[in-house]
Amino acid sequence: MAGLMEDFGNFTHAVVRAIPDSFANEDSRRKKTVEVDLAKAQREHELYIEVLRHQLGLRVLELPADESLPDCAFVEDAAVVCGDTALITRPGSDIRRKETEAVKMVLKEMNLNIVEIDDESATLDGMDVLFTGREFFVGLSERTNQRGAEILADTFKDYAVSVVPVQNGRHLKSFCSMGGPDLIIIGSSEQAQRALKIMKQMSDHRYDKLTVPDDAAANCIYVHLPDKGHTLLHCTPEEFPESAKVFERLKDYLLIPVSNAEKVKVDGALTCCSVLIHKKV
Amino acid sequence: MTTEVVSEAEVKKEPEKADEQPAAPQQDAEQESEQPAAIQDGDTPRTASPQTDRKSKEARGLSRFLPPWLKRQKSQSRTEPSEDHEDKAPMEEQLEAPPPEEVSPQEAERDESHSIGSADTQPAKEEKGEEFPERIGDGKEEEDLLESKAGEKEDEPLKAEAEAEKSSLKPAKKMKTVTCQVTLLDGSLLPCEVEKRAKGIVLFVKVCEHLNLLEKDYFGLCYKDHADQKCWLDPAKEIKRQIRNCPWQFAFSVKFYPPDPSQLTEDITRYLLCLQLRQDIASGRLPCSFVTHSLLGSYTLQAEMGDHDPDACCLDYISEFQFAPSQSKEMEEKVVELYKTHRGMSPAQADAQFLENAKKLSMYGVDLHHAKDSEGVDIMLGVCANGLLIYKDRLRINRFAWPKILKISYKRSNFYIKIRPGEAEQFESSVGFKLPNHRAAKRLWKVCVEHHTFFRLVTPEQPPKARFLTLGSKFRYSGRTQAQTRQASTLIDRPAPHFERCSSKRLSRSLDGVPGLGMDDQAGATSLGRTPGEKNGRDPALELSSDSKTAGDMEDSQRQKAFEEEVPSSSLLSSTVACTTSVPAAEGAIAVGSPPAAAHVAEKALPRADGPAYSSNDVGKTAEDKQKSDTLEQAEVEIEETVVIKEVRKAPKVEVTVPEVVVTAVTEKEPEKKPGGEAEGRGGEGVTQRGSTSSDSHSESEDEAEYHPQAPSVSVDQIKELPEEEEELEVEAQPLEAEPTAASPCPTTEEQEPALKDEAQNGHPESQSPQGSVEEDEEDEGEPKLNGDASRAETEGFPQVICCSEPPVVKTEMVTISDTFAAQKTEISTLEVPIVHTETKTITYEAAQVDGAGDSEPGMLMTAQTITSESLCTTTTTHITKMLKGGVSETRIEKRIVISGDSDIDHDQALARAIKEAKEQHPDMSVTRVVVHKETEVMEEGKD
Repeated sequence: MAGLMEDFGNFTHAVVRAIPDSFANEDSRRKKTVEVDLAKAQREHELYIEVLRHQLGLRVLELPADESLPDCAFVEDAAVVCGDTALITRPGSDIRRKETEAVKMVLKEMNLNIVEIDDESATLDGMDVLFTGREFFVGLSERTNQRGAEILADTFKDYAVSVVPVQNGRHLKSFCSMGGPDLIIIGSSEQAQRALKIMKQMSDHRYDKLTVPDDAAANCIYVHLPDKGHTLLHCTPEEFPESAKVFERLKDYLLIPVSNAEKVKVDGALTCCSVLIHKKV
Repeated sequence: MTTEVVSEAEVKKEPEKADEQPAAPQQDAEQESEQPAAIQDGDTPRTASPQTDRKSKEARGLSRFLPPWLKRQKSQSRTEPSEDHEDKAPMEEQLEAPPPEEVSPQEAERDESHSIGSADTQPAKEEKGEEFPERIGDGKEEEDLLESKAGEKEDEPLKAEAEAEKSSLKPAKKMKTVTCQVTLLDGSLLPCEVEKRAKGIVLFVKVCEHLNLLEKDYFGLCYKDHADQKCWLDPAKEIKRQIRNCPWQFAFSVKFYPPDPSQLTEDITRYLLCLQLRQDIASGRLPCSFVTHSLLGSYTLQAEMGDHDPDACCLDYISEFQFAPSQSKEMEEKVVELYKTHRGMSPAQADAQFLENAKKLSMYGVDLHHAKDSEGVDIMLGVCANGLLIYKDRLRINRFAWPKILKISYKRSNFYIKIRPGEAEQFESSVGFKLPNHRAAKRLWKVCVEHHTFFRLVTPEQPPKARFLTLGSKFRYSGRTQAQTRQASTLIDRPAPHFERCSSKRLSRSLDGVPGLGMDDQAGATSLGRTPGEKNGRDPALELSSDSKTAGDMEDSQRQKAFEEEVPSSSLLSSTVACTTSVPAAEGAIAVGSPPAAAHVAEKALPRADGPAYSSNDVGKTAEDKQKSDTLEQAEVEIEETVVIKEVRKAPKVEVTVPEVVVTAVTEKEPEKKPGGEAEGRGGEGVTQRGSTSSDSHSESEDEAEYHPQAPSVSVDQIKELPEEEEELEVEAQPLEAEPTAASPCPTTEEQEPALKDEAQNGHPESQSPQGSVEEDEEDEGEPKLNGDASRAETEGFPQVICCSEPPVVKTEMVTISDTFAAQKTEISTLEVPIVHTETKTITYEAAQVDGAGDSEPGMLMTAQTITSESLCTTTTTHITKMLKGGVSETRIEKRIVISGDSDIDHDQALARAIKEAKEQHPDMSVTRVVVHKETEVMEEGKD
């Protein structure tokens, strides 16, 4: 367990949640200009869950949608799970706070050590938390504040927790994610590069990086499968043709393009839609 | 076992020593004239060199103001080496292991350093000398002080000390002794008798001998000062002077946490490290998660209790152990659950597992210090193997790796680091922190200096050079570095020593409420002193079967220290407040002075608008130094010190483009140009002294110190230069001392600028952002902006500069493109995944008619000299050969300039400038050959 790096990317379970019909109507983060096709988004989501279940072989725990919580499918924001401990977050958007309840329940049932945020002043979105296997980076964004990051640090004491300022209403993982042990996938925007620079400065560890032209394409899901090895869920060539090409450089990887065109319109990146858990039996 | 022999030797040598003592001053005098600047020792007169006559006079003049002990230093350093060397001989006979194992690092070092000093008289021992820089510390001065007081007893304390250092046998008869109480890591108390004036090393060596510890460089002794702060006992200084009136109580602790404990050679070392970590964990200094607490606890049980005994009910005694600052029943159950899974693991294996897990903790080996940032916000500064970490609450908010830090200093209660410019900035920035008080600032500074030296350097830093008279803290880490200790550890050749693992039960309990130091007040110490009764259930012999380790990290051991000569201002500053009585800073005396300005704790980029005064700090100081030296006669005392951090990046470091320019100039002129060339070679320093206007509050007398860490270098050139060091030092004095006329013409400034910029990128090699434009504006020279790709810039930019030299230029070009991905994987901090290509290009420009100078005709070599100078990111090696050919003296100057950085533009400019500069420096010489060797990263992304 404290064998810190060995387990990186090993997961057994995934928590997901269905997309409610209210998703297309009143998303809290909705840029009003963007039209979201609900049916398409739901199809995407189902496909995504299929991949988790069948291609990654994870045990998927699917929570029912809650119409009162349009963004509830983005379960990542509700909890940060590392090892046997799950920190139930306090999302920065107050209309999303209730999303954590169902997630907490299911994690509790899995016998994880549940830590909750009591502090009313703290906010933390899971999407602002990048766990590299060695340490945490927390984006200080509109949705995550210093106090939230501190609580994360108190929860996962083994790890260094470094803060990275993230502006423009985005999350840290809006433009980056882990693409393997010690590999950070990063977008090309100035903001992404700046964040990467900060992360590199903050870390004692040297990370490799994989730069993709599109920020949104930098959000991928890395899983290490016992039988297939390095596996990466990433954007499709239809969405980001240039970025998709970049992933082909990853040798020895099982690459699984997953369509995310609709969800990404509302900042619903790939990692957003699941909480991955490594639960030893 | 060796003790008796040693003591015999001691006695035997006594007469010799006595004889030698009077002779010492003569030797000095001789040496001074023969080898003027060869020795950089702490005392002023010796630094005098013929070339810097004026200075030496000043220094001598000043010495009148010095306390006698400072002047007396020499004679003592004369006496010690012989003694030490003699002592060591019998030891070596006894032990098959090489001497460093038995002799403590500091001691060994001192031996060797002195052997430099006594080169004339002891040639046989000289060879060792070069490896170790001399150490001068306040300790010596103090010792001398005492010595002079002690009058005719002078010999005895020395002898006694040496004796004690060697063998911890009997204290010298006439000396007063003191019993020190040393709390060991297992919580037991070791009474140690030392002579009252003994240095820290004496006690430390005794403790290590008691523990049977060879890899002792990771450890140290600490004490609590009046303010209840944990302080490290400086081995080089007298104990008494450090602890003052505090009780003679010490705690043996880990000082440098090895980043990879598996590389330690001996199990006993690992065991002691485990004990320290258990304390750290129990006290909360090393935070862990529940799971980690449990896991580490389970290894502790395995190591101390042996295999889990299913019959015994663990949970009964388990709560006597402390696995965490506060532990729940749940945790204890978890510990036992895990403990059961370790069956069959030897104690040594369990310790190793314990360490493997503990070392990954983010706060492992981080020494935290309370501070405030520029806005007065409470933060913590953490010093660790890799650099300095800044925390706010539990969050890491910044980090400065050692390579990023150019200078570490403190002044009053402020602590400053000067940061190598990042890609976005053009200039260095300084970051200031406010510490609770002056002592805390100094403590932090010392810890930084020590950690930097231990973990980053191959050999300890050169001590501050007393070019100008220097008082104040000359503190440097004087022990072995990690590289050295690893090297030494490979030579350990003894059967694994028997040692007993004590139960940590009591230790844990008694440590309650003593976080921060495994040592308590009198009462606590006594309670700790109970002999730990419970041994682990195993036969100690079993522990021999531990995994053997190979130590000695090749990479580390291959690193070489970059010797560089810049020491802008180890200087003195006359205080407006007269303080002739001021005491060396190291003694903790705070020179009074009236600190007027509120300490400026600032985080700012240094002003670029000032042109040459780009680093106002340095400039100010150096300028001031100059002033000081001018007015030295009425000067009082300054407490300040400076050492320089230099990071040398050499060609093999891929991912940055590294043009290497070799400008060879040949002429048939008189040697007059030599000083110019030398001065020129050190552009950095030249600049430093220019801005003579800026000076801030330095004129107050105050306690402050600076440290410019030197970084290790892989440069072969650098290594080669090693024997030349003294010469360089000599040379260097000039630009600092003399009026900045010929010594620092304009080009230096210009050279410096691109250098700085390159440096900026150096820190962030992955970025390719062109940033030359800003720089460009500043150029008065009207150098055309050399844009575009490298080769174009070279072909175009070059002739422009070179045109007035030998007209026909032959250009040869060789381009290699290689995949250096593999190389980078190990070498480079940041890399482009998955593929990075490196382009290597060598272009040679050569004057068509080689004037038969260097190559064709052999001639007779008159002199050869090599000078290396480094500015921020350029390394200039100037090789000057004088040949006598057919009655004509020919001087050939070869300059090798290594520029490291990122952007093509900068390099081209730098290159052009370097050539131009070379020509300007040697107007009477002609450029005959220019070789540009360039390694460029081929950008993958750009090509896609």
